[in-house]
Amino acid sequence: MKIPETEDLFKPARGQRSRRSTIVFVTVLIAMIVGVTLCNQLPASNSLHIGNYMVTLLGKYLTYAILAISVDLVWGYLGILSLGHAAFFALGGYAMGMHLMRQIGDRGVYGNAELPDFMVFLNWSELPWYWMGFDSFAFTALMILLIPGLLAFLFGWFAFRSRVNGVYLSIITQALTYALMLAFFRNEMGFGGNNGLTDFKDLLGFDLRSDDVRLGLFIASGVALLLVYLLCDMILRSRLGKVAVAIRDAEDRTRFIGYRVEHVKLALFTLSAMIAGLAGALYVPQVGIINPGEFAPLNSIEVVVWVAIGGRGTLFGAVLGALGVNYAKTWFTGAYPEAWLFALGLLFVVVTLLLPRGIAGRLLRKSSLQAGS
Amino acid sequence: MSRPAHATSEPLIRRDRVFEFLIPKQVDNLDLSHGTALYLEDISVSFDGFQAISHLNFYVDTGELRCLIGPNGAGKTTLMDIVTGKTRPDTGSAWFGQRINLLRLDEAEIAQAGIGRKFQKPSVFENLSVFDNLELSMAGTRNLWATYRAQLNGETLSRIEAMADTIRLLDQLHDMAGSLSHGQKQWLEIGMLIMQNPVLLLVDEPAAGMTHQEMDRTVELLTTLAGDHAIVVVEHDMDFVRALNSPVTVLHQGSVLAEGSMEQIQSNADVMRVYLGTEDASC
Repeated sequence: MKIPETEDLFKPARGQRSRRSTIVFVTVLIAMIVGVTLCNQLPASNSLHIGNYMVTLLGKYLTYAILAISVDLVWGYLGILSLGHAAFFALGGYAMGMHLMRQIGDRGVYGNAELPDFMVFLNWSELPWYWMGFDSFAFTALMILLIPGLLAFLFGWFAFRSRVNGVYLSIITQALTYALMLAFFRNEMGFGGNNGLTDFKDLLGFDLRSDDVRLGLFIASGVALLLVYLLCDMILRSRLGKVAVAIRDAEDRTRFIGYRVEHVKLALFTLSAMIAGLAGALYVPQVGIINPGEFAPLNSIEVVVWVAIGGRGTLFGAVLGALGVNYAKTWFTGAYPEAWLFALGLLFVVVTLLLPRGIAGRLLRKSSLQAGS
Repeated sequence: MSRPAHATSEPLIRRDRVFEFLIPKQVDNLDLSHGTALYLEDISVSFDGFQAISHLNFYVDTGELRCLIGPNGAGKTTLMDIVTGKTRPDTGSAWFGQRINLLRLDEAEIAQAGIGRKFQKPSVFENLSVFDNLELSMAGTRNLWATYRAQLNGETLSRIEAMADTIRLLDQLHDMAGSLSHGQKQWLEIGMLIMQNPVLLLVDEPAAGMTHQEMDRTVELLTTLAGDHAIVVVEHDMDFVRALNSPVTVLHQGSVLAEGSMEQIQSNADVMRVYLGTEDASC
């Protein structure tokens, strides 16, 4: 019997392929960030010039890509179909929004340095306790990760320990985001009711309406995407990543081998929620508003559609799906506004039928065929 | 939750036993000094009124190879479910060695304590390579951080390699487990089981879907393993059981009907009566 070289054993073929896709992804992403930055600096008369509107739009797409990675991490690799990830995204967004509200200071319509405008409007006399600390950016940064993480941890603790699986879990996640939406619509919650938080002025002393800051936020989103990608890639390539795939494919078997399935699920679900929160926090200063509409169940479902189209179970597929579908959405809603939902539905059906592993699955198959393996 | 609480239909105070909650989870590490690996005593379990197991007593010695046979619905799989923590019995006690109370551990803890299980349907991780399947099953710490930090070294690598050789999957080492044939999957699962280095192996229908050559090879593999590991084999194929040449326990309606060598079992009047006219009367 032929014994393979030890060298081969250390580098299984699949590992090599995922390493190659990581290198390609990182290179393309960095090239894109640098390219957009340079093109933005060109004079407007140049044909390669990218306007500020486009830069902000791309920045928004990048935060969607981060959100898509967080969904892919739990759905594509762990088999947990979360239909409530927009909730974590929105919570991160609200945390950032609260900080931005505090930064307004006395420049609001009512000129009240102590209270945000909507609280003055509601005749509130003092700042609720849960708004304390959001004056500090460091505290806010912590909360952006901690609040979605904590919610996911508590949710996961009960759901995974009771072995709630499959479609039941999906429905509960959907209910979670719906419940949060209803709660945040209430004025008494102290988060601005259905108007949400808006009219932001500046972040860390930088004027949010200036072009340079918008470019800066785009770059920050790109860097965040890069770091999140590398973090997830590192985890998924470790033995823990293999255990995650094992849980996805045969949960009971994994348990009988001795792995604490609940612990793995809880850890990755919590991490995923924190990543979604980070995405939301980067999203809010770029769009300038956060309101309860972000909790809408449809938003969470749309994320799942991006991941499915891009190709679940591959990180770059999730990114590809988020960028591609959102670009198509922007174009469609401009050209044929009423046709967009039909187009999205059609795209989803076509991809499910013809490309069950998404665009990424197609690309990988092509490249492995070319490599002759 | 798939875990019914322990039934408390018995009188609250019985002088010959302690309260349920006072029975410790684990006194110490595995102790096999008395030569018995598994004690199941007075186990009963029912599902919605159906008595799957009733007052069953079953012991397995260390290093012993034991076959478990019986008609469909005799409680063979339920018995395995109880030992591996998937099902909790209504009454009775289950100890692994002298000191590990199986009824207080969950599936993962039982697996880590040293009980491995092969399922009836081959269940391998289809989207992982043969190599990854073996790597994940390898004995070692199972906590999150250690799993994340785990690195392969020369020793673990050669263990995986040697196991792949034993189960004749060396050439398929980097193929997806999903692409293997049925018999190969059965072997991979046996290989995964051995990689866990369990003290007790529960093997549910290892010969299903195997060709005759594959079956011979499986018999050889199991007999080599006995001695180092205690093995309980559940099997319907009587040729296979005969080939294993080991003590046989016959289950019927949830309790032990007969125990002994294959010859004794075949001439046992009760066994003949139970098997006569049933579908499993292949012996």
